[in-house]
Amino acid sequence: MADFWIILTGTLVAATCGVLGCFLVLRKMAMVGDAISHSVLPGIAIAFLVSSSRDSLLMLVGAAVLGLITVFLIQLLQQGGLQSDASIGIVFTALFAIGVILISRNAAHIDLDLDCVLFGEIAYVQWDTLIWNGYDLGPVAVWMLGGTLVLVLAVIGLFYKQFKLCAFDPALAAAVGIPVALFHYLLMGMVSLSTVASFESVGAILVVGMLIVPASTAYLLTDRLSVMLLYSVLIGAVSSAGGYYAAKWLDASIAGAMITVAGILFVLAFVFSPLHGLMARYQKRRKLKTASA
Amino acid sequence: MMTYPLEVDQLTVAYQKKPVLRSVSFQIPSGKLIGVLGPNGAGKSTLLKAVLGLIPKVEGEVKIFGQPYREQRKSVGYVPQRESVDWDFPTNALDVVMMGRYGHLGWFRRPGAKERELAMECLTKVGMADYAGRQISQLSGGQQQRVFLARALAQNAKLYFMDEPFAGVDATTEKAIIQLLHELKEQGKTVLVVHHDLSTVQEYFDHVMLLNGELVASGPTSDIFTPGYLQKTYGGRIAMLQDFAAVPAGKV
Repeated sequence: MADFWIILTGTLVAATCGVLGCFLVLRKMAMVGDAISHSVLPGIAIAFLVSSSRDSLLMLVGAAVLGLITVFLIQLLQQGGLQSDASIGIVFTALFAIGVILISRNAAHIDLDLDCVLFGEIAYVQWDTLIWNGYDLGPVAVWMLGGTLVLVLAVIGLFYKQFKLCAFDPALAAAVGIPVALFHYLLMGMVSLSTVASFESVGAILVVGMLIVPASTAYLLTDRLSVMLLYSVLIGAVSSAGGYYAAKWLDASIAGAMITVAGILFVLAFVFSPLHGLMARYQKRRKLKTASA
Repeated sequence: MMTYPLEVDQLTVAYQKKPVLRSVSFQIPSGKLIGVLGPNGAGKSTLLKAVLGLIPKVEGEVKIFGQPYREQRKSVGYVPQRESVDWDFPTNALDVVMMGRYGHLGWFRRPGAKERELAMECLTKVGMADYAGRQISQLSGGQQQRVFLARALAQNAKLYFMDEPFAGVDATTEKAIIQLLHELKEQGKTVLVVHHDLSTVQEYFDHVMLLNGELVASGPTSDIFTPGYLQKTYGGRIAMLQDFAAVPAGKV
């Protein structure tokens, strides 16, 4: 059963992040995903301090709020004339640092391990189960991630055309009356939610890998957004399953192995993708050369 | 009182603290092709964006067919500058044209067979039907511009704003755009075009607006496209401009 729960958890993380990651990559906001995944830390810490329990729902709310504050602050600095990469760097390190202080100061009182926040421990997921009326309903993390995934799919499915147009041409989106800012914050809110839902299993650092790597791999493999979303989820799922067995074989970190597999898949796509891979480009160039010779 | 397609009153727009447009007021006549001219940084694109509510205005009032833009979104079509979007986006030409219908679909409706059919018609009008399924990064600059025009046609508007549609396009595309502009005019539509190439102004436009932070002049091309007004708009760089304005209309 352990194998099943761990792979399911990893796949749920991959699916949620894979869908949102596509939009981050297309909007050239990959680093904003990175920023959010770090700066939700104080939100998690505050939620712990307030409730002095590991109440998942409260943590989700705390982190989502911090995620939106992060995005808002980054935009505020940018509008103030700072470069966007510098804005991102300042906001997320500052918030992350506050989170580290909060956790280290209160480490004695609360059962929150900094290592666990940063790197996650997917192997422990199976022990923290949801008990309802005496029935064991499976790991809490699976329920939380499953819920997040359903929410993400529902929102993206319902407003697919808005998210697509906002990503491709925000000026036209605004001109035809789509509330661009609303959909921007909705996307960022969902990124925050899925970061928190994932952090117990893969940690705040590796969740960025799940957001960006499968989406970038999918980007190289197709010319259709809908197909890119599907590939991104599939690549994420293959990475979690493959990573789990690789970690078992190597006796190493499961989350680390999952992202490593995702990284290997990316390199394969980068070199061999029939559409945008290095090989395809090289062949096209050679064909042009022989044609002109 | 008749309503103008576009009526702008005392419009002022600023980036940070620097004003880009200062108290610009004008009306544009119905059913005309209108060229918006001026040097770089004169606020031509800014004017379009402010009218469409894409950037906030400091003060002033914009009316489209006598109403605020919010009420008239569906009467307006917009062609942004080609460089304003990422052409590596994973989508094809037909899909981009269908985006022109998104505003009409409301919050929840998805584009369907009807939208697909209309988009195909619009692609045909710009001579791009054969490229419907082509990924957009595989199109040439001129073809991309025509896809953008087809998307604006799909909006089925009465008033069109086009931001430099002629920038960096090939001769075929330029001809296709001009033909399209005339068709739109014949259908009684009004088209406002931000334009750079002074040598084609007299050939393309019925009406011009000269902009240089402020509105220098606005009116029929024959009255406004004169050395005097051009000097006022472009300042010292007039030497080469003389030639354009000196050539009588119709001979170009």
